[in-house]
Amino acid sequence: MSTVLRADGLGKRYGRRWALTDCTLEIEPGHVTGLVGPNGAGKSTLLNLAVGLLAPTTGTIEVCGGRPADDPEQLALVGFVAQDTPTYATLSVADHLRLGARLNPRWDDAMARARIAALGLDPRQRVGKLSGGQRAQLALTLALAKRPELLVLDEPVASLDPLARREFLQVLMEAVAEHGISVVLSSHLVADLERVCDHVVVLVDSRVRLEGDVEHLLATHHRLTGPRRDPATMPAGQQVLSASSTERQSTFVVRTDEPVLDPAWSVGQLSLEDLVLTYMSPPPDLDAGARTALEVLR
Amino acid sequence: MTWLTLRQLRASAAGLFAVVAAVAVVLAVTGPALFRLHRADPALFFDRLSSADSFLYYAGVGAVVLVPALIGIFWGAPLIARELETGTHRMVWTQSVSRTRWLAVKLGLTALAALGVTALLSLAVTWWSSPMDGAQSTTRGALPTRFTPIVFDGRGVAPLGYALFALVLGTTLGAVLRRTLPAMALTLLVLLGVQIAVPLWIRPHLVPPVERTVAATVSTMTDITLGQDGKLTLGVTTGSPNAWILVDETVDASGRPVQLPAWFGACLPPPPSQAGQGATQAQGDGGLAACFDRLAAEGYRQHLVYHPNSSFWPLQWAEAGLFAGLSALLAGCCFWWTRRRLA
Repeated sequence: MSTVLRADGLGKRYGRRWALTDCTLEIEPGHVTGLVGPNGAGKSTLLNLAVGLLAPTTGTIEVCGGRPADDPEQLALVGFVAQDTPTYATLSVADHLRLGARLNPRWDDAMARARIAALGLDPRQRVGKLSGGQRAQLALTLALAKRPELLVLDEPVASLDPLARREFLQVLMEAVAEHGISVVLSSHLVADLERVCDHVVVLVDSRVRLEGDVEHLLATHHRLTGPRRDPATMPAGQQVLSASSTERQSTFVVRTDEPVLDPAWSVGQLSLEDLVLTYMSPPPDLDAGARTALEVLR
Repeated sequence: MTWLTLRQLRASAAGLFAVVAAVAVVLAVTGPALFRLHRADPALFFDRLSSADSFLYYAGVGAVVLVPALIGIFWGAPLIARELETGTHRMVWTQSVSRTRWLAVKLGLTALAALGVTALLSLAVTWWSSPMDGAQSTTRGALPTRFTPIVFDGRGVAPLGYALFALVLGTTLGAVLRRTLPAMALTLLVLLGVQIAVPLWIRPHLVPPVERTVAATVSTMTDITLGQDGKLTLGVTTGSPNAWILVDETVDASGRPVQLPAWFGACLPPPPSQAGQGATQAQGDGGLAACFDRLAAEGYRQHLVYHPNSSFWPLQWAEAGLFAGLSALLAGCCFWWTRRRLA
């Protein structure tokens, strides 16, 4: 199995509106992949297609070597934590574990019980009375105890407060380290992804704008600050992604596989957030090189 | 899946079963006394009924008609719609159970519960009401026969068909509308429409009725009505007690429905207010018999279309079958919609 998720020309239409068009993507196994993009880029649609809740209008999607939700065996391979982590409000925590045990052949009951105990949740508690963070943890426990090969999380922390968010991601990371599953999670909070992801996919207008290992991406992207300069005059090996200039000074974000040796530049590190935001912004129009303020970062 | 369905159904099913069981116990306790009363003197049965008996009689009909509607509204409509509203469908549809099996177990078990609760209630009410249906007073007043539109729906096996249909209807509307409350309201509206349309246009034709054309006589005549417009209409008996009469009209020699001839008016005793005024009336039964003879001689006949009392159970099974078939069709649509359109 070479890919854990493969989309080819994938599109989904609701009525007349396309939520996702012509998306082609491959995700390797063994990674924690962050799916980022502006609102409306099709992240949620892509993930719902991946778990088989939606059926594609055009193109194909393949997950763990099969069509999503094609049969119970295929369903057992993929765990899903949906947006806002839905659970049955009138059922107790123990009821949810029982639900998981009844509906999943590979259910790991010992693991589920240990997790609930570690979270300090009372099994008799009705889920409607749990906090948002506890509900999210319960949903994550359900998805993990299913023992999936791929775990898909759709904005799992979007509605959580910063502390609950941190705890949730920590539990997720421990589980990934322990069981070695592949994870795809979406978020519009890049700072969260920076903590957990080793792979990132930037989706803009349902197209993959950037994809790669976080470490490699950070090593090949630099922020250059120096005397004012036309971005069109940069060396061929240095691709300018964004440029902003004042009267005397230019700041460029460049991608290059070689070290930047020009002593005129002071070379700065980019955070993942800076990097992602650079790719989410429209690319600079480099032909009109004479413009004074080309692109303002952030 | 079985466990989850029962767990989700538990609260509302327990409530409905408890109410129905309580009703069944009340009927079981009061029923034997009714049967004793009926055996003692069938002719005086109606006059000896207490007001509590009449109340229970109508309440029983109401309960059997109401329960399928409640099932459709409170079990059917939320079955899928509630999951869609709370988003839990995204959780439960991504467990290792296919959507089709999820719906099959959920709908199947709920249908069994619906049939169970309706069967218990209908059995109790049908048994309890059997001496009362169509009971007539020696002087004035009667209870409806079991063919009367609403009463028919509260007897025998037809309620089972209604319960199944209401459940599947509610479920399907919930899946299509994706909202519980509108689905509940629309379910109620459709069920009301069905309750009006079926007795009026469909039920009479489920089983072929008996059709006869007979000459009216003094002994078969049941009523002669003088309308506001001065037109006379005649009704005759079918000879089958408690029959469901669909058509009872006078036809001429060529079989066309007509009014009674004008001369027939003279055969009738005058209205009480004019009594004692004229001298030409005071014709006894002998005079009326002569009028009927003349009517027959001029070719007038009485056209009757009716379901005899013996058609009750064939009609019940036909109606239950009709709604079971409709439910199956609708369930097919519901499965298709859930698998394809909710994607």
